[in-house]
Amino acid sequence: MTDTTEPPTGATAPEERRSPLHDAHVAAGASFTDFAGWQMPVSYGSDLAEHHAIRTAAGLFDLSHMAEIYLVGPEAAAALDYALAGKISATAEGQAKYSLLLAESGGIVDDLVVYRTGDDRFLVVANASNRAAVASELVARAQNFDCEVFDESDDIALIAIQGPKAFEILSQVPGFSVDGLDTIKYYWSRPGTFGADGEHEVLVARTGYTGEDGYELYVAPDAATELWEALLETGAGSGLVPAGLASRDTLRLEAGMPLYGHELDVNTFPVQAGLGRVVNRTKEGDFVGRAAVEAGPKETARVLVGLVSEGKRAGRAGYPVFASAEGGDPVGIITSGALSPTLGYPIAMAYVDPGAATSASLFIDVRGKRIAATLTPLPFYKRESR
Amino acid sequence: MADKTTLQYTAEHEWVLVDGDTATVGITEYAADKLGDVVYVDLPEAGTDVSSGTVVGEIESTKSVGELFAPISGTVVEANQAVIDAPELVNSDPFGEGWLIKVSFDALPELLSFDEYSALVAE
Repeated sequence: MTDTTEPPTGATAPEERRSPLHDAHVAAGASFTDFAGWQMPVSYGSDLAEHHAIRTAAGLFDLSHMAEIYLVGPEAAAALDYALAGKISATAEGQAKYSLLLAESGGIVDDLVVYRTGDDRFLVVANASNRAAVASELVARAQNFDCEVFDESDDIALIAIQGPKAFEILSQVPGFSVDGLDTIKYYWSRPGTFGADGEHEVLVARTGYTGEDGYELYVAPDAATELWEALLETGAGSGLVPAGLASRDTLRLEAGMPLYGHELDVNTFPVQAGLGRVVNRTKEGDFVGRAAVEAGPKETARVLVGLVSEGKRAGRAGYPVFASAEGGDPVGIITSGALSPTLGYPIAMAYVDPGAATSASLFIDVRGKRIAATLTPLPFYKRESR
Repeated sequence: MADKTTLQYTAEHEWVLVDGDTATVGITEYAADKLGDVVYVDLPEAGTDVSSGTVVGEIESTKSVGELFAPISGTVVEANQAVIDAPELVNSDPFGEGWLIKVSFDALPELLSFDEYSALVAE
């Protein structure tokens, strides 16, 4: 028996890095995978059980590998308006915004979340595999603005609690405190504290990457294990489980969320990925990639679609998509796919030729056998709002 | 569940239990753990002739696809319907109820002992 496909991993760094929560993961029986040079939990036994726990109760992710870069200064907002595709200056203190760092060519260097943590302070959270690229681009793009760029990735751990019971659990964690947890709206954040004397600062953000409600907690590495264990202990009776990157991938896929290296890369324009709304083309002043995204990609550029099929055999990243059951050239390629744990049928995201994007049905070549697939709007799964 | 120490193994992380001229084949716990939760198996039907070292089936988890190699040449006499109906048996009982196929054979190739396979996995 040999693996023919592998879970998504980032580029391999020369050194193997470990999360501050590594020992806790080992004690919990995690199996690990290399992700952008980090040894991170892929699951703690059953990725399916972790997936279902997050859809029905709650799960805890260690995301300490992610990159955290601060921009601080009177012109930090203006610098980010220039550096990123969105109008970051329009955010209010505490607000978060999903954005893109574009190349001059209009392609996507990374997708990221920006938190305005103060009037002149912004936290940019980028993918681990793109840490160096994002940090160096932000430094270069902020050069002519009155602000400083700090890569704080090594000094910030990140724990996400996701699922319908996330609020209930987080609100009961001993030593955790934030003003009005119940009033933090989706894509907003607020500073809180953790510890017997409230000695650790925590940025509490109502964000996530699973399609469920939940929070992301930014904390110093030396407080991470204590917070992780307090969360697990508090949530044990509510069905909270630690969850690895395997379930994170199936959760985000069901939620139709793109993953850098799969749906997004430097050769892909935002509009191809369905992220045209993330680019603010009415904001004043120039921003990197503006001319290119205004000109748009070639008319023949492929577009991202959702595909669902019957049975149990899933199309997976790299599998070709055809317009007919036999013959012809491929009209697209799958970027992510799995048998959806929540829905019970195969789902996939694929880039297809514009003509194929309006077809009623397409065919996925699953290792030599073409399986009929139906185009469907993203996301595949949407939670009921609380 | 079969006694792991008396089974024979392949470098492709499959186990073989020989009983007379019939071999029962499954994947090892190590392989099942590496795959993650198995959600679909595609097995050759009874009557299919298989030759050693060729791909005869697939084992899919949520995150990856594993190929099932025939460890032995012969004829499939049974595919495990219980696993087709409940693929999670591959994870919960890989050396027992999670067996995959039974193959009748004429000659047994050289396979790995438990100690040899254990050394391979420990590398």
